[in-house]
Amino acid sequence: MSEMQRKYLDFEKPLEEIEKNISELREIKKRKNVDNQLQITQLQQLFREKTKEIYANLTAWQKVQVARHPQRPRTSDYIDGLIEQFYEFHGDRIHGDDPAIIAGIGKFRSKSVAIIGHQKGKDTEENIKRNFGMAHPEGYRKALRIMKIAEKFSFPVVTLVDTPGAHPHIEAEERNQALAIASNIYQMSEIQTPIIVIIIGEGGSGGALGIGVGDKIAMLEFSIYSVISPEGCASILWKDQKAVKEASEALKLTAPELLKLGLIDEIIKEPSGGAHSQSQEMIRTLGDYIEKNIAELSSIEINALLEKRYEKYRNMGFYKIENQEIL
Amino acid sequence: MIFRHRKRYIPITPKEAPDIKKDLWQKCPDCNKLIYEGKLKENFKICPHCGYHFRLTTKEWINLIVEPGTFEELDANIVSVDPLEFKGPKTYKEKLEEERKRTGLNEALVYGRAMIGKTPSVLSILDSNFIMGSMGSVVGEKFVRACELAMVEKKPIVSICGGGGGARMYEGLISLMQMVKTSQVVGKLKKTKTLYISVLTDPTMGGVAASFAFLADILIAEPKALIGFAGPRVIEQTIKQKLPHGFQRSEFLYQHGMLDQVVPRSNLKQTLTKILTIFAPSQ
Ligand SMILES: [Zn+2]
Repeated sequence: MSEMQRKYLDFEKPLEEIEKNISELREIKKRKNVDNQLQITQLQQLFREKTKEIYANLTAWQKVQVARHPQRPRTSDYIDGLIEQFYEFHGDRIHGDDPAIIAGIGKFRSKSVAIIGHQKGKDTEENIKRNFGMAHPEGYRKALRIMKIAEKFSFPVVTLVDTPGAHPHIEAEERNQALAIASNIYQMSEIQTPIIVIIIGEGGSGGALGIGVGDKIAMLEFSIYSVISPEGCASILWKDQKAVKEASEALKLTAPELLKLGLIDEIIKEPSGGAHSQSQEMIRTLGDYIEKNIAELSSIEINALLEKRYEKYRNMGFYKIENQEIL
Repeated sequence: MIFRHRKRYIPITPKEAPDIKKDLWQKCPDCNKLIYEGKLKENFKICPHCGYHFRLTTKEWINLIVEPGTFEELDANIVSVDPLEFKGPKTYKEKLEEERKRTGLNEALVYGRAMIGKTPSVLSILDSNFIMGSMGSVVGEKFVRACELAMVEKKPIVSICGGGGGARMYEGLISLMQMVKTSQVVGKLKKTKTLYISVLTDPTMGGVAASFAFLADILIAEPKALIGFAGPRVIEQTIKQKLPHGFQRSEFLYQHGMLDQVVPRSNLKQTLTKILTIFAPSQ
């Protein structure tokens, strides 16, 4: 259990109960000097077991909630935990700087890398500053600018995806959100350096894809990646915003389902109670994934890597050919 | 470069949609005035009152810009499957069946060889009548094949795009990946010096706008077409205000430097012909 006040989701209520009991016992132990350590240990054991049980059986909608958990590690946490001498870049050189996307370079386990990610806030104040991780065109253009620098110096690029979507706003449209995303998608398919994409929380549609094209696409175990939010899908198809559970199931937005469809390459395991329950462990695991994949991708000759990247997306899609004559 | 062409020559036969409206009067969705249907047809389906361009069908587009009898459709038999086994109020299979019956099309995108003016070209049409012109696997695959055909045959590609639905929900993330598939081929067009002209029609939004539709060498739009990334209703919910009139319309995009030209339908063929001629190799 973490030291900071953990926020429990609805389906985590049993855990909250146990934690409450544990802190009560601790309180009694401290106040009355009673030896109840055995009871505490048993409850801690129960907490771990219950956590495992709950997290082994999450529904799609529950995973959506975990993916959006306010205490889930953010891009900035991974940068703080994994990157030494981080140098952050600002601005798209045209209009402004977008705090919804963090982009910079630094040393990762002694190698220079570029790291770019959507940044959701850790509290209301930061969320307002970061626009809840919803980027404007400037954010995508800044991201691309840093990728070009990485390309120039052959630094591998790591992107961390965590956004409800690109910002739906008048200003974003005026500055051509559609083209900002389209350009990134196109240019990322040609950037001459390895790109590793990791969905760390919410992979919200085109806004996610704007920094989401690469050689390796991984998802954290309880993250989600979807063409539309469950709420959006529910209101369009079910004509009912509350049909989010059904929509989450229908969209197949969880990591195991997307792996099965061949749309992602790997699932990065989360601590048994989700990334928010043990963020340090999560950060280390993610670091190990990055290290392994940088090594693997760096060993591939760059033209071969680009061809592989192209072919990977060229082959995505499911269709059939009707009445095909056998030639 | 790998080309996956299995060449099959299937003539286009968009079956006449069975439930064509018999109404003699149509209401303009922009100015709400009633227009006599015969009058509308004479006038390229442009509203005589406000200039709104009614949405055309694939067949009407072909008639509008292709030299008669020169359109040769390819890959008409590539059809959607239901990879997610989508469980909604309607299944994907039901939705597809319904749209096929209603539009007489197999899928939202039709492509093939076509003479535009004097230039042999590849023409791709994304029809907003078929599941809102949304992009799933088949649309993605056929657009890429259209580009590959253009490269192999050293022809320009003209794309008429009415992709109001963006990435198609029924295929989930597979649809989103079509944005990558259709965008990355633009790099190949560049390397092979293949001209790509994109004509944006009402409506072109979301994942279609934010991928191949916007990545052309030349971007043209029809007047008053709704074009953008986020849907107007979503934006209104975000800003909690009504959007100004004309927002996300072609003229607005043109003013903001996002388009080369807004071309009325009556001039489209002429405009395309002119551009194609300039880019054609000199004799
Ligand atoms: Zn009108």
